[in-house]
Amino acid sequence: MLKEITLGQYFPGRSVLHKMDPRMKIILLTVFIVFIFLTKNYVSLAIMVVSVIFVILFSGVSLKLYFKSLKAIIFIVLFTSVLNLFYGTGDPLFQWKFITITQAGINTSVFVAARIISLVLISSVLTYTTSPTDLTDGIEKLLKPLSVFHIKIHEIAMMMTIALRFIPTLLEETDKIMSAQKARGADFDSGNAMTRIKTLIPILIPLFVSAFRRAYDLAMAMESRCYHGGEGRTRMKVLKYSKYDYIALCVVCLLCIGVIICNIRLPITLRTGM
Amino acid sequence: MQFIDVDKVVFAYDNDEETGNTVLKEISLSIKKGEFVALLGHNGSGKSTLAKMFNGILLPDSGDVTVCGMNTKNDETLLDIRRKVGLVLQNPDNQLVASIVEEDVAFGPENLGIDPVEIRKRVDSALKAVDMYEYRDHAAYKLSGGQKQRVAIAGIIAMQPDCIVLDEPTAMLDPQGRQEVMDTIIKLNKEKKITIILITHYMDEAALADRLLILDNGTILTQGSPKEVFSKIELLKRHKLDVPQAAQLAYRLNSCGFKIDELPLNADDCVKMILAQIEKV
Repeated sequence: MLKEITLGQYFPGRSVLHKMDPRMKIILLTVFIVFIFLTKNYVSLAIMVVSVIFVILFSGVSLKLYFKSLKAIIFIVLFTSVLNLFYGTGDPLFQWKFITITQAGINTSVFVAARIISLVLISSVLTYTTSPTDLTDGIEKLLKPLSVFHIKIHEIAMMMTIALRFIPTLLEETDKIMSAQKARGADFDSGNAMTRIKTLIPILIPLFVSAFRRAYDLAMAMESRCYHGGEGRTRMKVLKYSKYDYIALCVVCLLCIGVIICNIRLPITLRTGM
Repeated sequence: MQFIDVDKVVFAYDNDEETGNTVLKEISLSIKKGEFVALLGHNGSGKSTLAKMFNGILLPDSGDVTVCGMNTKNDETLLDIRRKVGLVLQNPDNQLVASIVEEDVAFGPENLGIDPVEIRKRVDSALKAVDMYEYRDHAAYKLSGGQKQRVAIAGIIAMQPDCIVLDEPTAMLDPQGRQEVMDTIIKLNKEKKITIILITHYMDEAALADRLLILDNGTILTQGSPKEVFSKIELLKRHKLDVPQAAQLAYRLNSCGFKIDELPLNADDCVKMILAQIEKV
């Protein structure tokens, strides 16, 4: 069950997206997400959705992994879009007792579904094609200006690196503990919500204890390897913008212009904010 | 002056000597450059505590540990000491900092503030030294235990230390992983002349060292070459310590009246010894 969580996992590869600078990827991702939510008609939505599909194909990561990342949110997508279906205003297309479905409702639910799915997919592209160290490096560099306000950017970035590094390790451990507790007769699948929450305690306590033990070991290993904070630290991989970054920047700019033009020139389908 | 000097070191974990928690009791020893020393002892003998003394992770309550003349109690030279003496821990999962193999190996040199081009070179040569070069862009958590442990060793080598202290590096590994790690350690000692301090409770691994130090209850029970130490079988048995199976067999044959000239430490030597005996008869 836990093996299916792919969030925050990196899949090494040699695609153009792998070669891009993490800073550029983060910036472009942010812009991309903003524009996904700025789409106001089907043409501009289509531009974004098609480009998401192209980005995925370019990433060189198996499509299966993207489906996996969608599996986790499919319920939220269905729930919100079905809910939106009934909340449209305007002339009803279909009416049965208190259920009314309008064109506006259909539009909203299609937009909501397409936006959430695109959002998750495009974010997955970032984590799948960027090694966690690159990612935190990029964040560290981008947030550097904040150190003016005495925010410890290096420490935050290091914590993120370590957290990402230990996700698979701790997931594996959780699986082991669950099996061990099942072998002792623990039942995780029956009872009401309260009993189910209670059955988590025998998993969480050993997990916490071992996480602290790991943290102690890791701190010792880091000290042994001369870690003494961000001061005077160099990096093996120096971040540098390459031609791929500039090409990607141009492509995203063109997309954004396309979306803006479509929003202005074509009739607006979606009037509500979300 | 020796490479590493441990002088009358006393250490207790909660600084309360009355409760008898003293782990190290006035231990003195010295380690020469290029030596391969194995520290042996059963659980609670203080061997892991001693390992953490060598690079100043733990500081002695009294007594001194000096590395190349630098005292571990001196904060200013602590980084220099840690650069010379690397520590590899038992659990390979807990000592890898970054998710990708080469990024983890680069962690040490990055902390030292070395130029990026030089780091790249060091990382590549360190990974080649432990035969993990082809795995450089793999995710660390997907490797086997032995491979992870070799990456951890590479992370230390990339800092170009004079000495590597390994605290039971093979305890959590399967036989194949153990073999890989031991081969790597011996190769580093022989080819790169790196001083090795190996803490272990496997007698077969200890038999590969130049010198053995047996710790018992916070003191040094005995020390010497593997052959010298393992010939004191009576003493070791009294302290519930094992000897390699080959030595044990030779010891039993000896007590049955067979003359043993030289103590065998591994199966091959043992076979040779028995063949020689048979020819005599």
